[in-house]
Amino acid sequence: MDTLHDLFVYYSQNSAYIWEQILRHFLMSAYGVLFAAIIGIPIGIIIARRYRLSVWVISITNVIQTIPALAMLAVLMLVMGLGANTAVVALFLYSLLPIIKNTYTGIRQVDHALLESGHAMGMTRFQVLVMVELPLALSVIMAGLRTALVIAIGIATIGTFIGSGGLGDIIVRGTNATNGGAIILAGAIPTALMAVAADLVMGWFERLLMPAKGKAKAKKQSETATETV
Amino acid sequence: MLKFDHVSKVYKGGKKAVDDMNLEVEKGEFVCFIGPSGCGKTTTMKMINRLIEPTDGSIYINGENIFDKNAVELRREIGYVIQQIGLFPHMTIRQNIALVPKLLKWPEDKRFERAEELLKLVDMAPEYLDRYPHELSGGQQQRIGVLRALAADPPLILMDEPFGALDPITRDSLQEEFKKLQRSLGKTIVFVTHDMDEAIELADRIVIMRDGKLVQVGSPEEILREPANEFVEEFIGKDRLVQARPNIQTVEQIMNPNPATITENKTLSEAIQLMKEKRVDSLLVVDNERKLSGFIDIEIIDRFRKKAVQVGEVLEKDMYTVEEGTLLRDTIHRILRRGTKYVPVVDKQQMLLGIVTRANLADIVYDTIWGEEENLAASEQ
Repeated sequence: MDTLHDLFVYYSQNSAYIWEQILRHFLMSAYGVLFAAIIGIPIGIIIARRYRLSVWVISITNVIQTIPALAMLAVLMLVMGLGANTAVVALFLYSLLPIIKNTYTGIRQVDHALLESGHAMGMTRFQVLVMVELPLALSVIMAGLRTALVIAIGIATIGTFIGSGGLGDIIVRGTNATNGGAIILAGAIPTALMAVAADLVMGWFERLLMPAKGKAKAKKQSETATETV
Repeated sequence: MLKFDHVSKVYKGGKKAVDDMNLEVEKGEFVCFIGPSGCGKTTTMKMINRLIEPTDGSIYINGENIFDKNAVELRREIGYVIQQIGLFPHMTIRQNIALVPKLLKWPEDKRFERAEELLKLVDMAPEYLDRYPHELSGGQQQRIGVLRALAADPPLILMDEPFGALDPITRDSLQEEFKKLQRSLGKTIVFVTHDMDEAIELADRIVIMRDGKLVQVGSPEEILREPANEFVEEFIGKDRLVQARPNIQTVEQIMNPNPATITENKTLSEAIQLMKEKRVDSLLVVDNERKLSGFIDIEIIDRFRKKAVQVGEVLEKDMYTVEEGTLLRDTIHRILRRGTKYVPVVDKQQMLLGIVTRANLADIVYDTIWGEEENLAASEQ
């Protein structure tokens, strides 16, 4: 009960500071994901059309994903110095894989028959992309953004070691203090809540953008198509 | 209308899909490409709207070489229907139908008006316009697929096994409906199928292909009567060839031109007497000019015996008729499928010409079975 009491006291005495860190933490994650989306979605679209390229690009992003977060930050720090910008770059790199891979998958899974009818009706390549492929891939792309954001919120806590600020600051302060359990919780709880909230909100968007049962039907259509082949 | 001039297509790896093809299609003609899989029929069709570019030769539509035109613009002027239907699941039926007009930048109200107008053609209620494709049955979806191809009123429509994935009953009714639609709209149709029955029923001209070459081109009757070689014979199938003779007859040739008839002002007792006299259980009801208005049978008379006096009061108006000139094979098919005992034959003004009964069918079957053998016996001697 002591810890809970301490936690309460910590929050009430530092509320302005904590809000500031929450906002900072969120913005770092969001910027990382946003930049990754700006770069990653077009890359995903391009590699969905070029099989050879897709193997390379996905392998590279896979490798990036396996680098431990601390190592990545340390290496980036050597190049870019301390501060939040370096953390944003790291989050950007970690977000690339889920975004590129989901965009790629989303576009690849669009039923071939739909693309054929699109072209045959006289759509330009760009019109096929905008009127057919992207609307049908949107929910899968959103799922990628959702994963990326949740991962980013988790990794952003480590940014504290290169002086980026955020909720990681509070957690590290707690680990350094004697009996700092309450302070660790003070940083960890908002982090976890933020990840859960981001997941819920993005999940809601994802469902909103899903072409509903139409998707199930499209799948069924492609199945019947393969059956008859 | 459409002309293939020495068209060839060689795929990577040297596989010749289409080999030096020459063919001309008239305006308003319904042409079926048929052949075993891999014979190049789909490749041929897709070259018309440049989904596949030929290796050699040229294709002309109304005298214009299609390779001088922009491929995208060309496709907007050609309707396209595929087996997988390919309606866009994220668009409503209205948006799906009005898609090509949208690409052609028609104003919105004109587009939607066109969608409503088209939906009426296939007897679907306007409520469907705001539904999504997955809410429709397969047959309804393909009706919309056909309407989508008709939306911008293209003179030429390409169809790649459009009814192939539907169940047989839906397929039958869609074929019938579509053939009517095609006749009334006068579109030129290039239709790819591997179903000989479908080709015979729909086509004005059948193009049989094998290994990228034309094997035989002709009307269904010509092909049934004189298959060019063994391959065609085999492809058509023995049973169809045996049936071919009666198949190409029209209903007038076998109908009974003097069916038992009665006029509306006669009484029921007169009707029953007539039935007894002619040894039949139903009478066709006509007016003084022999215009068919319905029928009356023994069950109806029995039911209304006490209440009604005149034939006109009780006749059944809802009946199935065929027009003169209908091919016998279609009629037989319908008599057997619907389980009716007879079908009256009428002309365009509904004037009664005769009747085809199940007894007539027995004659045909007799001819097919014994007529053949008699011919054989005659030739052996």
